[in-house]
Amino acid sequence: MSGGGARRYTGGLVNLDKGRISREIFTGQAIYDDELERIFARSWLFVGHESHVPEPGDYMLGRMGEESVIFNRDRHGRLHVFLNNCRHRGMRVCRYDSGNSRKFACPFHAWVFSDEGELIGVPKLESGYHNELDRSQWGLIEACVASYHGYVFACWDEETPAFEDYLGDLRFYFDDYCELPDGTHGDWEAFGGVFKWKVPCNWKFGAENFGGDYYHNPSHASVDAVVLSPAGTRGRHTYDTVSKTRAVHKLNILTKEGHNARGELFKDDYAYVPTYQEMAVVEDYFRDCYAKRQAKLGEKARWYGHGGTIFPNVSYSNGVQSMGTWHPSGPHETEIWRIFLAPKSAPDEVKNVLRHYVIRYQGPSGLTEQDDMENWSSAHQGARGTIAKRHDFHYGMGMGHERKGWPVSWLGGEIYATEDVSEQNQRAYYGRWARDMDRPPFQRKPLQAAE
Amino acid sequence: MDATPESAFLAQVILRHRVEQFYIAEADLLDTRRFREWLALLDADIRYWMPVASNRETGKWDGEYTREGADLNWFDEGRFELEQRVEQIMTGLHWAEEPVSRTSHMIANLRVVEADDGRIDTHCRFFIYRNRNETETDFFVGKRHDRLRPDGGGFKIAAREIFLDQSVLQAKNLTLFF
Repeated sequence: MSGGGARRYTGGLVNLDKGRISREIFTGQAIYDDELERIFARSWLFVGHESHVPEPGDYMLGRMGEESVIFNRDRHGRLHVFLNNCRHRGMRVCRYDSGNSRKFACPFHAWVFSDEGELIGVPKLESGYHNELDRSQWGLIEACVASYHGYVFACWDEETPAFEDYLGDLRFYFDDYCELPDGTHGDWEAFGGVFKWKVPCNWKFGAENFGGDYYHNPSHASVDAVVLSPAGTRGRHTYDTVSKTRAVHKLNILTKEGHNARGELFKDDYAYVPTYQEMAVVEDYFRDCYAKRQAKLGEKARWYGHGGTIFPNVSYSNGVQSMGTWHPSGPHETEIWRIFLAPKSAPDEVKNVLRHYVIRYQGPSGLTEQDDMENWSSAHQGARGTIAKRHDFHYGMGMGHERKGWPVSWLGGEIYATEDVSEQNQRAYYGRWARDMDRPPFQRKPLQAAE
Repeated sequence: MDATPESAFLAQVILRHRVEQFYIAEADLLDTRRFREWLALLDADIRYWMPVASNRETGKWDGEYTREGADLNWFDEGRFELEQRVEQIMTGLHWAEEPVSRTSHMIANLRVVEADDGRIDTHCRFFIYRNRNETETDFFVGKRHDRLRPDGGGFKIAAREIFLDQSVLQAKNLTLFF
């Protein structure tokens, strides 16, 4: 396909004026190839949490697009994200999911790189290269790194705005996600291990679902019929008992950057609702946090976030504190990575309740996310047929009913909101996607004479 | 004196045979979707644990599997949680298992590692084939460490540790029992 026609995506395959999106954006190989170049090579992507690499020398592997990256803390304590790829022949220079190391060596010809990315060792430098290899030019390829409240993002394109600008008006909501239960900004700690699994669907299905799909709740009827909430009552959420008895706005929030948030805005202040009566330490912790949060945030404590999607491929979940990353693995497969976190200073009893709850809720063994993945993989199949592809998907729910800065002025910047169910968030997401896809592709710079 | 080693050996063979018959019957319950009958085989305070594996450097395998009760695990559950999973499937609305998968659980390399009057520790390999809808197919292969408790003429499962031979799960969900 030819690249960069101004109307090819915006108004073409993605026709938001009519609330229609071509099924081909989920299945086309050429479109997928463009995504890697125009979306993943230019966006800030989530790679991990600082608590994954607490000590000098600690590293873990991450992914950006289809490529492996090393996320590490060097001997001086600085964070880096390197392409896990030897500059000589492209072998992985790190073959372990996590560990501690001051160097990364390629097993093919033993080029060795430091934890700061410098090429420090080349066999046969004298007899083979005759000392004519300028090692300073052949260090590991390094991404720009931003740590936001301990959540680490990386980007390959220096022309992309700084992370905070990139986050734009989502800041209010992502800040809310990053807050500890008591409303302060302190340390979160990731549990050991990363859930990684493969789902036969396009990577965008998870991203759009977590960005704004309250409409799909019927698919969770089975989990609503059993006990999942740590409160020991039927249902999924700890907050079910709260929200069912209180007047709330259940809101979808879009930002002009195409990021999304979901959550509840309580119409009035509300008293703490006991949830963990059978676990005194846990109950005391959350009761205490609740009082502190109300005192610190005042009116803004009425916002209770549920989660959202930071464009393009990471979704955060409040309540079940986790980050789910939708790694592209070809147009027809997504490799999902999910991490879970708990407040570092919380008592062990609290951490254990949170850990147990989230792993029963999300991930491939999670009672709720299992049904989500069934939806996405079946939707993906439904996007592939020759006849099916002639007919666009419908993304028109609630078109024209978005309300700017509503229902309270303090909900963070130039946002639009709709109540209950709507597809405004998905439209904003695909609007951003289409704009990025319409940008001209990357042009390789001419070879430098010095090399 | 001569008869003693032989009778001890015979007792081991009989015990191993009884355990094997138990596992075959258990697999049959799962593969014929008699999940509630399967639950009856579990001890009231069963620990059912399946850690997440990661790729580690040679000789540094201590951290290859995530820790029970501390890290992320695919499963870290008791009887109540397993009951909820069965009830979810039986709603007929759990779309990840509706229609319910066809599975075959195969148990191999069975060893009784240690046994006394109160408990029997076993190691085995498992091989589970799963097919669903038309072409949705998964293979789950790994090691299983069980602790059984004698119960009348049979056993109750007091603990089950499941070590899947995958670091990136090669299936879209874990809606089955191991």
